[in-house]
Amino acid sequence: MPGPRTLFDKIWDGHVVDVQDDGTCLIYIDRHLVHEVTSPQAFEGLRTAGRRVRRPEATLAVADHNVPTTDRAAGIADAESRLQVDTLATNVAEFGITYYAMDDIRQGIVHVIGPEQGFTLPGTTIVCGDSHTSTHGAFGALAFGIGTSEVEHVLATQTLLQRPAKNMLIRADGVLGPGVGAKDLVLALIGRIGTAGATGHVIEYAGEAVRALTMEGRMTVCNMSIEAGARAGLIAPDDTTLAYLQGRPMVPKAGAWEQAAAHWRTLVSDEGARFDTVVTLDAAALEPQVTWGTSPEDVLPITGSVPDPAAARDEAKRRAMERSLDYMGLEPGTPLREVPVERVFIGSCTNGRIEDLREAAAVARGRRVADTVGAMVVPGSGLVREQAESEGLDQVFLDAGFEWREPGCSMCLAMNADRLEPRERCASTSNRNFEGRQGRGGRTHLMSPAMAAAAAITGRLADVRELPPE
Amino acid sequence: MEKFTTLTGVAAPLPMINVDTDMIIPKQFLKTIRRSGLGGSLFYELRYGDDGAEKPEFVLNQPAYRQATILVTGDNFGCGSSREHAPWALLDYGIRCIIAPSFADIFYNNCFKNGILPIALPQSDVDKLMDDAERGANATVTVDLESQTIRGPDGGTLHFDIDPFRKHCLLNGLDDIGLTMQKAPRIDDFEARQRAEVPWLYR
Repeated sequence: MPGPRTLFDKIWDGHVVDVQDDGTCLIYIDRHLVHEVTSPQAFEGLRTAGRRVRRPEATLAVADHNVPTTDRAAGIADAESRLQVDTLATNVAEFGITYYAMDDIRQGIVHVIGPEQGFTLPGTTIVCGDSHTSTHGAFGALAFGIGTSEVEHVLATQTLLQRPAKNMLIRADGVLGPGVGAKDLVLALIGRIGTAGATGHVIEYAGEAVRALTMEGRMTVCNMSIEAGARAGLIAPDDTTLAYLQGRPMVPKAGAWEQAAAHWRTLVSDEGARFDTVVTLDAAALEPQVTWGTSPEDVLPITGSVPDPAAARDEAKRRAMERSLDYMGLEPGTPLREVPVERVFIGSCTNGRIEDLREAAAVARGRRVADTVGAMVVPGSGLVREQAESEGLDQVFLDAGFEWREPGCSMCLAMNADRLEPRERCASTSNRNFEGRQGRGGRTHLMSPAMAAAAAITGRLADVRELPPE
Repeated sequence: MEKFTTLTGVAAPLPMINVDTDMIIPKQFLKTIRRSGLGGSLFYELRYGDDGAEKPEFVLNQPAYRQATILVTGDNFGCGSSREHAPWALLDYGIRCIIAPSFADIFYNNCFKNGILPIALPQSDVDKLMDDAERGANATVTVDLESQTIRGPDGGTLHFDIDPFRKHCLLNGLDDIGLTMQKAPRIDDFEARQRAEVPWLYR
């Protein structure tokens, strides 16, 4: 009998096809998501080698990065973006893969639609040519991002060559306070362990604060595991997980559901399972978080001030901080709540789901976006958009002066027409504040949907706890 | 994939931590449907000003480093997105080896698929190579994959670690997919077993 195992160990062990002498494993991949940016060269590789897709039904494709979030009827204006999306449509037709086109209500960000359709299931291995594939770990699936060569490898063989990861446990004890949510939890964690803090590890999130999160909140946390350097994030499935999945189009039906659910409930780390690293967080002590620099680890509570590079832990970090502050146009010692913003972006695979929009709408309801701010809400999928509209959230946003857009990745990475101008400062619910991420010279502050809505209303970085629901 | 055996070349110093893949190749260049031609856009925003002119202070714009084939850099190189366009751009520019204290996992994997050797060394060794690299075109470094050594301009050698399988594939320029296809019977067996155990995964 093997000793006590972690959830990661169990999923891994259940997917090993072959082990080589040096420990490299051939791992079976149950589900593969494909988008237009990282797949063209993979399909081209298959074509050149005369290879087919081994299990087309295990792959789901959608265009999300390049799609416009304004009027779709006009198509895609940018020729290169259009070619990339058209190329995906041609490839999926040739290789027999399910595809949600731009005019399909099910179209959306790949990491929103996988869970939404029930394509994402507990205990499975899921990959996508996209680092935020870690999102799907919220369901207790081992989900990670891969490069295009690996996309081709999975298409051709339904497997990947991998080495086992180390196990990290993040336990968030206590109850999150008012105005503090999943995004604050994960940002604070990244601030604590750093962007390379979990390199080589798969993180399992546990503890009272994690258990209390909705599936949307859990997805936000797992989504940003990659920003802590982790290969993947995991949360053991429970009643919340099963309640979210039941009835979704691609989940097992009737008797198979009961059989699957019984299996999924066994997907927990055993008592006494060994973790290589354990980190505990006091969730009750957390405040709303906001980034000040150009790495997700550059994060502080909103009550803080822009830090001084002179206090950096080492020379390399000091130089990085100086560069960040110069890029961000910030002076050490400035209270974060005095930093004005010109743009607000609510959306992305981190925070473009219905709970995120509800959270932002609760702050926006009955208030007005500041005159100095341009604010947009981009739902994560057509179905999220439809749900939000059925709840009247679109009207809340429109009445407050937000733009209400069509679904896609949008200004998270500005591959479509939505982008910041040089030196524009943005309160964003996305996942990366890297230099140029949202547009050349653009300045990104990462935060929760509620905090982004508060920034839109006040025209500056703001503490959402000072804007209780009207 | 081109083999990697030994490489002798100029090492360019890039003493920055957390160099992310957006920095290596920004999103506007991800719209390509090809692998080639990205070298001119490598490190685009570090390398070119708003007007498109080269920034003379950036290392790869300096005459001594224009022909660099090795990059010596800081912790957590290649963090961020999974875009394989990052190693494609490095390779297209001519960089075949990157030396850093640590790499982000996906970028590290992607390098091996493209005949690029990423070498993780202790900070003190990287500091030494960084000093060497800052000496310009005189700082020729030789990387020998077979013996897993780096020989600096002053003749000193450093040892590095690498997984045996990755080493084997790089040395021989092997395509992973071809190797895995040879294991098709094992994949068939796995699927038959899984179909019996968790039938709901097969629709």
